[in-house]
Amino acid sequence: MWNGDPVFYSRLLTELTLSFHIIYATLGVGVPLMIAIAQWVGIRKNDMHYILLARRWTRGFVITVAVGVVTGTAIGLQLSLLWPKFMEVAGQVIGLPLFMETFAFFFEAIFLGIYLYTWDRFKDQKKHFFLLIPVAIGSSASAFFITVVNAFMNTPQGYTMENGVITNIDPIMAMFNPAMPTKVGHVLTTAYMTSSLVLAAIAAFHLLRGNKHVYHKKALHLTMKAAFIFSIANVLVGDLSGKFLAEYQPEKLAAAEWHFETESHAPLILFGTLNEEMEVKGAIEIPYALSILAHNIPNSEVIGLNEFPEEERPPLYIHYLFDLMVVIGIFLTIISGLYWVLVQKGWKMVDKKWMLNAIIISGPLAMVAIEIGWFFAEIGRQPWILRGFLKTSEAATNSTQVEVLVVIFSVLYVLLAVVSVVVLIKMFKRNPVEQELTDRSVEKKVIYS
Amino acid sequence: MTLELLGISVLWLFLFGYIIVASIDFGAGFFSAYSDMAKKKHVIHKIIQRYLSPVWEVTNVFLVFFFVGIVGFFPKTAYYYGYTLLVPVSISIILLAIRGSYYAFSTYGLKDHKLYMFLYGITGLFIPASLSIVLVISEGGFVDLSQHHPTLLYKDLFISPFTWSIVLLSIVSVLYISANFLTYYAHEAGDFKARDLLRRYTVIWSGPTILSALLIIYQLKYHNPEHFVRLMDVSWMLIGSFLLFIFSLYLIVKRGYFGWSFILLVLQYGLAFYAYGISHYPYLLYPYLTIYDGFTNETMAVSLVIAFIAGLFLLIPSLYLLLKLFLFNKNYVKGQL
Repeated sequence: MWNGDPVFYSRLLTELTLSFHIIYATLGVGVPLMIAIAQWVGIRKNDMHYILLARRWTRGFVITVAVGVVTGTAIGLQLSLLWPKFMEVAGQVIGLPLFMETFAFFFEAIFLGIYLYTWDRFKDQKKHFFLLIPVAIGSSASAFFITVVNAFMNTPQGYTMENGVITNIDPIMAMFNPAMPTKVGHVLTTAYMTSSLVLAAIAAFHLLRGNKHVYHKKALHLTMKAAFIFSIANVLVGDLSGKFLAEYQPEKLAAAEWHFETESHAPLILFGTLNEEMEVKGAIEIPYALSILAHNIPNSEVIGLNEFPEEERPPLYIHYLFDLMVVIGIFLTIISGLYWVLVQKGWKMVDKKWMLNAIIISGPLAMVAIEIGWFFAEIGRQPWILRGFLKTSEAATNSTQVEVLVVIFSVLYVLLAVVSVVVLIKMFKRNPVEQELTDRSVEKKVIYS
Repeated sequence: MTLELLGISVLWLFLFGYIIVASIDFGAGFFSAYSDMAKKKHVIHKIIQRYLSPVWEVTNVFLVFFFVGIVGFFPKTAYYYGYTLLVPVSISIILLAIRGSYYAFSTYGLKDHKLYMFLYGITGLFIPASLSIVLVISEGGFVDLSQHHPTLLYKDLFISPFTWSIVLLSIVSVLYISANFLTYYAHEAGDFKARDLLRRYTVIWSGPTILSALLIIYQLKYHNPEHFVRLMDVSWMLIGSFLLFIFSLYLIVKRGYFGWSFILLVLQYGLAFYAYGISHYPYLLYPYLTIYDGFTNETMAVSLVIAFIAGLFLLIPSLYLLLKLFLFNKNYVKGQL
């Protein structure tokens, strides 16, 4: 591992920062929306439980947002520090959304500061609620702009490159590249889904531990409903992403599916292994499914990996990343859908231990799927950093100090992860829901079930 | 005005904004930690918390805005500074990460934790020191282009007296700006005990601030004579800055008009910062990179400017609201909200 190759370490450090940042960023995008929904429901139903839900989520959110901000600052700078050549080239074409992202971030930061410290300032709760709207818009807009940049790396357009010189630049066309709609859709829906599931897991955890307070039931109900809606949206976007890949980035889809020969009636391969002759063994095969994923038509032709020169193919292990991501995504949709059906039917099964356990693991699983999904997206673009124009190996810094930084940043992230979790646990344990409800003297309205 | 000049002026303005708001933040952290250790915590801690809580995240965005903006307008800076700043800026990132997250942790979660308090205070001085290195490097003499890529000459940088005087100025400025502002803030809050303590800090740090600034001008003459000559062309700005310093300090010493004292201080720093910036023109990295050869294409520049103006329409009312609700809200400042 210690081979002193700056490209390797630059990739490692970027992976490290991004895979840590994405946890907090995902919550940062999704949780404000959930807070807004809870507060809105609370105001509409005049139900203090939902308001308290919004209050408590906000308190937790401040901690995650802090880590999100500092790691976001880190990756923002590391892009230039570790990939100077990339930023120099890409900056000329895709600098606009990067710049706009800081405005979205600015907007969010200002209103978050206001929102946090004005809970009891307004007589009319709605006024306070409206302060949250810019936070939710700002965080989703940040995600939008950054994802636009990532989409550009996959399907760069809006310029021409002649002998290494970039001309004919069209920043708008660069932003609205083919990868943009599905990528943005996927990032946003998964962020909303994951955040609702993480919050649902917390509620389920309290219920499983025997706390039958109606507060937790309301929380679970609200979050699972949201999770179901977003997971359905996510399945749809996922399907469209498959069609996008087939059209614009066929080598990524082909590598993800171990689809070597261009052919029609292509089956979808789940898991399995490859032998020496590049034959798939022990996989689950779903006939026509890849053709359907790619073009919606069972007999349509899907481009195989053999069409691409060997040095331009992504590594084949992304197959497992792709499969895991899809399997988890489907599992989450089933769990949230099942919960919804059970609630609709009024079946008691909803309160069963296995159901609560399933919800508890859904939260972390959703986060795992986000991580795996990003690894798939990024490794699936290799060897390119800017597909078709600039290779990852040509874009990295040449500094040998990166390996030391990898160690230092690892320590930093572990420290931040541990302390942020400890702080969150302490914060909520010290001030449990029951205590806070009594303090706010709304307990009289509460019905225990 | 050319697009290049417009771009760098906007960025310079935001960098100045960052220097002021971040100095208040960093210095506040230091005073907070110091007063904790010197058992004077009860005196100024509340004031500082009250000011910092709603704005800490906004401060950070000024910095992000600057570095994203400079890579946007001048993509070549990513190439030159990206290669050279790997280590110094990584140190800044780590310090910023510790500080930013631990502020949130200690304010909302772990109250009164000694180690965090210490880290919070000490990073308040190390961050400006590490960030100021970027300005030192921009003066030239510390980057080697004879290799395949630009490389930083660590040893030269480390042993140069010029480096250390910039670092010194950044640290004492943080303390001076912060103490001055917090004096005003404590005064507004009606907390006279805190005000008097902070007023004393302001007076203490005024001397070192002006001395280290003079030291830099003196050393610039030897480090980068060309820049020094250009700086002397705008010496009226430096003199103006010095006069503003005297007036500002006078108001503090006389115990009146603390708000005006802070405004004069901002103008004092503004003049000096712009004198420095104007005389640094046209170089982004002396003598290799100017704003003209590092500039992005015109289409991108125009769209960045449009985005910037549109963004201002969003930002200015929001910032105004933030200030109105907290900084300029008497009841909030006095702790009655």
